[in-house]
Amino acid sequence: MFASSFVRAAFPFAVVAAIWELVAHSGAFPPRLFPPLEEIGATLARLTVQGILPHHAAETVFRLAFGFAIAAALGVLVGILMGRYRRAEDLLLPLVSIGAPIPGLAYAPLFLLWFGLGDTGSIVLVAFVSMFPVIINSWTGVKAVKEIWLRAAQTMGADERRLFRYVILPGALPYILTGCRLGLAQAWRILVAVEMLAAVPWGLGWLIFGAREFLNTDAMLAGIAVIAVIGLALEKFVFQRLERYTVVRWGMVAA
Amino acid sequence: MKALLSVVIALVVYEVIARAGWFATALVPTLPMVARTLWAMLADGSMAGHAINTLYRVFAGLALAASVGLVLGFLMARYRPVESFFLPLVSALMPIPSLAWAPVFILWFGLGNVATILIVFYAASFPMVINTWTGARAVNPLWLRAAGSMGARGGAMFWKVVVPGASPFIITGLRLAFQRAWIAVVGAEMLAASAFGLGWVIFDAKEFLNADVMLASLAVIGAIGFVFERLVFGSLERTTVLRWGMVRAAKA
Repeated sequence: MFASSFVRAAFPFAVVAAIWELVAHSGAFPPRLFPPLEEIGATLARLTVQGILPHHAAETVFRLAFGFAIAAALGVLVGILMGRYRRAEDLLLPLVSIGAPIPGLAYAPLFLLWFGLGDTGSIVLVAFVSMFPVIINSWTGVKAVKEIWLRAAQTMGADERRLFRYVILPGALPYILTGCRLGLAQAWRILVAVEMLAAVPWGLGWLIFGAREFLNTDAMLAGIAVIAVIGLALEKFVFQRLERYTVVRWGMVAA
Repeated sequence: MKALLSVVIALVVYEVIARAGWFATALVPTLPMVARTLWAMLADGSMAGHAINTLYRVFAGLALAASVGLVLGFLMARYRPVESFFLPLVSALMPIPSLAWAPVFILWFGLGNVATILIVFYAASFPMVINTWTGARAVNPLWLRAAGSMGARGGAMFWKVVVPGASPFIITGLRLAFQRAWIAVVGAEMLAASAFGLGWVIFDAKEFLNADVMLASLAVIGAIGFVFERLVFGSLERTTVLRWGMVRAAKA
């Protein structure tokens, strides 16, 4: 059962790989620009063994984690405040709705000017951009907590702190997690691009962009493969798991 | 009214910071400076030129993504082998940010429009494929059977039942695709260094420390995004999905 589903999932990749090989070996394109798979694989292995690729990946993941941690902490806080207090909502909602639709990368040059090239600029940008979905979803989540739960808890004597801990937070959590998921995906997309622009010395985005100068298409494609693996891992292992342990277990989402 | 108030407060705070002299004026220009720059760029037509170039790239990429996405999405929903072939590929390629392809596309297709449009295409096609596929599969089977028993076949079934039935998902997909495309085009213009375009203006302004040009272009990018998001997609939704009664039907 497992083996057959694995074969079925692997089949399309085998076909694409075969087509790639045919095109690469046909000589229609210069091999420097369109390297065959074995060369990409060799580069991937070589860069991994030399520790270059892990170093790039580690820097990227560090920036992602750092930037996103700021975004999640601030975003959830602001979102909950907006959902709970009328004042905060009136003040912040218009600003959030103006800022959210502007593509994050449009801010990139400005942030690089303000915070400098390198780590600070890129982390601040990632945090800023990925904060919007977190804020919007946390705010919606708090608003979506059923009125009747709040009233029931209050009649049973829950004070503000308990109300928050046992009713509002679990009630809003599915939305908050969705927001974090969207935010992380956003952060990931922005980060790869900003690493190309911010001239950081290490990072997968930089690896890909820097390889262009030397026509190292094999290194670029190896970098893209690593990016794909990290992206998939984030989705599969971080968020689906988090969701299973909290929301599904608390019965907030029909499992 | 309240919305206006909070925007005014934010602008005043910015203006105070800009005038306090903590930061260089070149980096944090005052609002009148930004407004003057915006006006000058609008008046001499350079802003319009950049905006038109950017819009051309977005819509070329979006049109390409929509046509490929719709066809592939419907085929995946209709034919099992197509689905089992393309679904793993789509899920493997989806988590790669479109801008990661920028250097590769630049090498393959050169700087300029082709690379930019392809990056936009890559960004926009995934929401189209996924939403069309989901939408076509979410069509109420009762409708299919009802139409079938009334003698609808092939073409009629597809155009009169499946397409309207899937339309709420497809419109959402288009909307998501536009958002992605709009992000991707700005980044692609910065990297692919074409000589025109809103993303390029912002990036180019960095070289000359023209923070006022950046903020002015940022305002234009925000305004265009807002107009499309609210007006174009809002009215598209009204004229199709709402009129066909799809959304109400879905809720009932």
